[in-house]
Amino acid sequence: MNFSFSHRRISGVLAVVPANERSFVDEMSNFNFPPARSLKLKQVMGYDKHRIVEGPVCASDLGCFALEYAFGHGFVGRNQIDALLVVTQSPDYFMPPTSSVIQGRLGLKQDLFCMDINQGCAGFLIGLLEAFLLLGQDSVSKVALLNVDVLSRKVSPRDRNSYPLIGDAASLTLVERSEDPTPIHANLKMDGAAREALMIPAGGFRLPSTPETAVLEDDGENNLRAKDHLRMDGSAIFNFVQVEVPPLVEDLLRTAGASAGDVDYFLFHQPNRFMLQKLAERMQVPYEKMPSNVVEHYGNSSGVTIPLVIAHNLRERLLRDSVRACLAGFGVGLTWSSMLLRLGPLEFCELIEFP
Amino acid sequence: MKTVLEILSGIRLEFDFTASDSFIRDGMLDSYDVMTLVAELEQSYGVTIAGVDIVPENFCNLAAIQNLLSKSAAKP
Repeated sequence: MNFSFSHRRISGVLAVVPANERSFVDEMSNFNFPPARSLKLKQVMGYDKHRIVEGPVCASDLGCFALEYAFGHGFVGRNQIDALLVVTQSPDYFMPPTSSVIQGRLGLKQDLFCMDINQGCAGFLIGLLEAFLLLGQDSVSKVALLNVDVLSRKVSPRDRNSYPLIGDAASLTLVERSEDPTPIHANLKMDGAAREALMIPAGGFRLPSTPETAVLEDDGENNLRAKDHLRMDGSAIFNFVQVEVPPLVEDLLRTAGASAGDVDYFLFHQPNRFMLQKLAERMQVPYEKMPSNVVEHYGNSSGVTIPLVIAHNLRERLLRDSVRACLAGFGVGLTWSSMLLRLGPLEFCELIEFP
Repeated sequence: MKTVLEILSGIRLEFDFTASDSFIRDGMLDSYDVMTLVAELEQSYGVTIAGVDIVPENFCNLAAIQNLLSKSAAKP
């Protein structure tokens, strides 16, 4: 499915990571693997440090922190936001929506469109698409897109396949109208038939959490996790990304009449360094044009990784300059999406810590 | 240059890789071991293994890995 927009822009990006930093080496003893084997994997995948919340911190806590920071620093006025989109897989409650929780906690105006979107690693793209669509309404001038997840609370600390790479984080992306007629192209595909490759089996209405769903089980590869925990078929997800993402991006560039050489940066979701380097090789894109350093610093925070890769690598440049960027997100659903747009100059671009 | 067998043994010391024709089925390599193996093969043999070729069937035994190395070496 293809989309195109014009007169839209991202005006600012604020990324928030928890101050609590853990290291893979310190956590290795939790895993049922010989240290030497884990250290080899660390080198290949780029595991090093990750940021996770301490205690019962929820999505709305990180979201409110981001918005309060933005209000306090004059990035946007409290009453200037016309829509609040919250993209999360770790809502505070089944009901009400986390966007309503945030609206209420911050005392935002009632004349506000609040919506939660249950999406993960493609969630930044999905959120941007929704924001661009909302900006087609005269009553909507500024959209606050909050991507936030605290999925470390749903990953087994005894699961070496997932725990070392998980990261908690939030991002606030301000999206608004622009005078710039430059087209923004995007595309999107979904495959719900493969939904079980990445899921949390228990805790919803299909399989409510019980003492039985909390029991740790060996997955056959020495990882211990319960049905209440996130589980990922690493091999299936890896193959899905390698097979599906390059042609999606090729189609995007073809539609836009552009080539890979016209793109300054490929700012992709950050599952791990190995997967991104393999994507770069397949797409014949130099590694330096496709940053892959988010997992080693912060972990994989689902829909927040693209704002994080922007804030970590490009914040100085984007405050004074613009780049032609190709974004791509891929993961739960399964969902994969890409977008070609001009990014910057931004009015704000920061990376801050949640205490 | 390390042999494929030496690389495999370096990743999973506890297994005899000459005694199996299905490393994945026999639980000798998991999906993350495969990624470690790919990185070490690329380093030792100076090849680039395409992401789409990183599927279990290309790592199920020594012959399959040798075939993959030949295929990867032949690519420009």
